[in-house]
Amino acid sequence: MITSSSIASWLRKAAAEVASHRDELTALDAAIGDADHGINLQRGFAAVLGRMEAGNPAEKTPAALSKEAGMVLVASVGGASGPLYGTFFLRFGGALGDQRELDAATLAAAFRAGLEGIRQRGKAELGEKTMIDAWQPAVEALESAVAAGKPLEVAMWAAAAAAQAGAEATTPMVARKGRASYMGERSRGHQDPGATSTALLVKAAAEAFSERE
Amino acid sequence: MVGIVIVSHSGKLAGGVKDLIEQLTQGRVRVEVAAGAVDGSLGTDATAITAAIQRADTGEGVAVLMDLGSAVLSAETALDLLPLEARKRALLCDAPLVEGAVAAGVEASLGSDLAAVRQAAEMSRSLSKLGG
Repeated sequence: MITSSSIASWLRKAAAEVASHRDELTALDAAIGDADHGINLQRGFAAVLGRMEAGNPAEKTPAALSKEAGMVLVASVGGASGPLYGTFFLRFGGALGDQRELDAATLAAAFRAGLEGIRQRGKAELGEKTMIDAWQPAVEALESAVAAGKPLEVAMWAAAAAAQAGAEATTPMVARKGRASYMGERSRGHQDPGATSTALLVKAAAEAFSERE
Repeated sequence: MVGIVIVSHSGKLAGGVKDLIEQLTQGRVRVEVAAGAVDGSLGTDATAITAAIQRADTGEGVAVLMDLGSAVLSAETALDLLPLEARKRALLCDAPLVEGAVAAGVEASLGSDLAAVRQAAEMSRSLSKLGG
C-alpha cells in the first residue's frame, strides 16, 4: 500500500535523479533552450526536500505532502518547469483526498489529474516536443496496467518504460512550445529536456512504489 | 485605483519598468514587482506573484504584466493560488511588458476600471514605434 512514506521516498529519489542528471538535462536544454533545466530542477527539488525533511513527512497525509511539494516547486524552480511540475504535484495531491493508504486505482487517477494539470497549464498536446510526450504515455500505460489488474509495481514500471520511450521519441520532433520553439526546424535531432526529466521522475516513482516496508 | 504587478525574470528589468510608471504617474499608482528566482538568479516564482497581486490590490483589482516564457506560466499559476475573491479581481494582460505596463499605469492613474486598464495595456500591442 502506498503511504506518505512512499511519497516521501519518491520525492527523495526524484531529487537524487535530478541531481545526478543535472548536467545532462542542462546540456539538452543548452541545445534547444536556455541551458537552465538541470540547474533549475536541482534547485527546486533540493527546496522540496528541505521543506519536507524540516517536518515529519510520515505524519502528513499523502495529499498534504504532494501539495507541499507542488507549492515549493512553483516557488523555487524559476523556469517554466516550476509551474508545470508544481501544478502536477498540486493536482496529484488534490486527487488523493484525505486517504492515508492509496490503492493502485487512486494513484492512477492522481497521475491522470496531474497530467491534465500540466496540459492545461502548458497548453501543449502530444507531439509538440514537451514533457507531455513523456507524461501522457506514462499515465496511459499506468491506467491500462491497473485496469488489467496488474500489481502496482508492475503498472508503475510499465509507466516508467513508457515515459522513457516517450522522451526518446521527442528527438525527431519539431518544438512548438516554449523557448525551443524559436529554434523551429533546428530543434529536430535533440531530445526534449522536459520529457527527459519527466522520465526520471516517473522512474523514481516506480522505484519508490516498489519498495516493501 | 487599479494596481499594477510587474512580473519579470529579472529584478532589474521589473524595477526599471516600475520606475517608468511611477515617474509618468507621479507615484499615484500602486506598482508591485515579482521578479527573479528565489535565489536571486533569473527566473519567476508563482508564490511571489500571488503575494505581489495581494499587495497591489486595494479592492479595485490588479492588472498583471509579464515578460516572457515562464513568467506567463508562473502568473497563471499565481492566479490559481489566490483566494477566490482576489482572483476575480486579477487580470493578466496579453501585452509587451514595457509598453503595456506604462499604458496600464497611465490608464489606472486616470481612475479607470480594471477592464479599461487591461484594454489599454493590450492596445499597446499594435502601437508602431517608427510610425510605419
